[in-house]
Amino acid sequence: MRVGKMLHEVLRSLFQKPATNLYPAEKLDMPKNFRGKLFFHPEKCIGCKLCMKDCPSDAITINKVGEKQFEAVFDLSKCLYCAQCVDSCPKKALEATKDVELAQLDIKKLKVVFRANPESSDKNPA
Amino acid sequence: MHNSDRFKIPLGPQHPALKEPEGFSIALMGEKIMGLDIRLGYNHRGIEKACEERNYLQALYLVERVCGICSHAHATCFIQAVEEIAGVQLPRRAQYIRTLIAELERIHSHLLWLGVAGHEIGFDTLLMYTWRDREIVMDLLALVTGNRVNYGMNTIGGVRRDISPEDIAEILKGVDILEERTKYYIEVATQETSIIQRLSGVGVLTKEEVLRLDAVGPTGRASGVSRDVRRDDPYAAYGEIKFNVITDDHCDVYGRTVVRVKELMESYSIIRQCLKNLPEGPLTVKVPRKIPAGEAISRYEAPRGEDVHYVKSNGGEKPERVKIRAPTLANIQAVKQMLKDRYLADMPIVVAAIDPCFSCTDRVISIAEPKKDNRVISWETLRNYGIDWYTAHGIDFTELNNKFRKKLERV
Repeated sequence: MRVGKMLHEVLRSLFQKPATNLYPAEKLDMPKNFRGKLFFHPEKCIGCKLCMKDCPSDAITINKVGEKQFEAVFDLSKCLYCAQCVDSCPKKALEATKDVELAQLDIKKLKVVFRANPESSDKNPA
Repeated sequence: MHNSDRFKIPLGPQHPALKEPEGFSIALMGEKIMGLDIRLGYNHRGIEKACEERNYLQALYLVERVCGICSHAHATCFIQAVEEIAGVQLPRRAQYIRTLIAELERIHSHLLWLGVAGHEIGFDTLLMYTWRDREIVMDLLALVTGNRVNYGMNTIGGVRRDISPEDIAEILKGVDILEERTKYYIEVATQETSIIQRLSGVGVLTKEEVLRLDAVGPTGRASGVSRDVRRDDPYAAYGEIKFNVITDDHCDVYGRTVVRVKELMESYSIIRQCLKNLPEGPLTVKVPRKIPAGEAISRYEAPRGEDVHYVKSNGGEKPERVKIRAPTLANIQAVKQMLKDRYLADMPIVVAAIDPCFSCTDRVISIAEPKKDNRVISWETLRNYGIDWYTAHGIDFTELNNKFRKKLERV
């Protein structure tokens, strides 16, 4: 038995650099499989709506806007970031990005619309 | 002993010492705990019912969120039951990857517990160092699965992500560092005088009581009950892996600490075996969206003990019934026994020693009160009963009815 078994460890740590990062000045890279904010490729979508069917939280809506043209509406406040829609999509029209900084003061900005024709409008109208 | 000597104090449901809302009503005599009542149900989320409204894939993500710490445990336990109903044979690579994630999760959960236990007895130095080292395993989980919690690794019929040779090298490197650190924590736990004095003899639960109260996991194993689903009823790849089930005879919180730190060493050995024998092959097998009718019970050794899921399918896309018994529900009655005739000051560490997860537990509460009077009465009888009851209370329509009848006869 010994008293102060951890004393040595504590003293050694005094001369080590901190274990934490200085966020937001210093940002860590996200891991390669990270599931962040979703991205939609309108040209690949065939409108099968499998993503809508499998989404656990009804966060994704695919709307038909024209002949073979679809737009996606993501509700980021509902999204679980499980990326099941990415797995379910047969045409790889959805993609999970490494974007994590999604905090917003305005709830309307959490609704992201990906237009079928990207030139006609911006991707984040809010 | 007179009743007026006893003091009843409520602890919770909102209390700074509790991490989650849970109600304890403690009968005290001086500093001594004479009786304890545990009131569950403040954190009920209705997950079981919500599963019935979702298809199997959606329910999987919901079940994964039963617990933030053992999310892989609940997800795997649920999906094992679904796969059993569907009659799916999992690819061996998927089984090994599930086992690997399960053990990484156990490491992070046990290191977390060690820190929390240190915090509850006022040894915050231990909390800081274990949680710093826990970051290594959290980073490994993020590397393999993509996220630090709620890994989303399971899907019906396999796993969603593969492990590359670079990942294997990274995991082995991390496990080496963790093993080094764990050896140090074993030394701390078994040599540091203040830990031994503080935890020995606190929260005693004998072997007989464990068997009577059905305590599971490290709580039971610390009292010499060698029970482990991984060995007794192997799932995933555990049947092909050699490991020891750690038991201890201290029967107290100190024993539970020793069991947990030693289990960490077993986890490292399991991870090394998994990575060494990782079979080649596909990650998933195709499973139809509609699961055939049937029912299954699945067991899983979560870091806190045995987790049980029951799934019933009616042949559709959605489960008909999902029932979850989290390990804390099995252990919570043991707390009552452990605290008997102990001091109030032991309460935080004894409750923390079962590694409770009250939110997991609360989903499974159901109160079925027997109906006191379940006679079947007809509408006519009920009508007559209503008239008689109000007549007895002074509201009588007989005279009024007679008046109207006379008027009608005149017309």
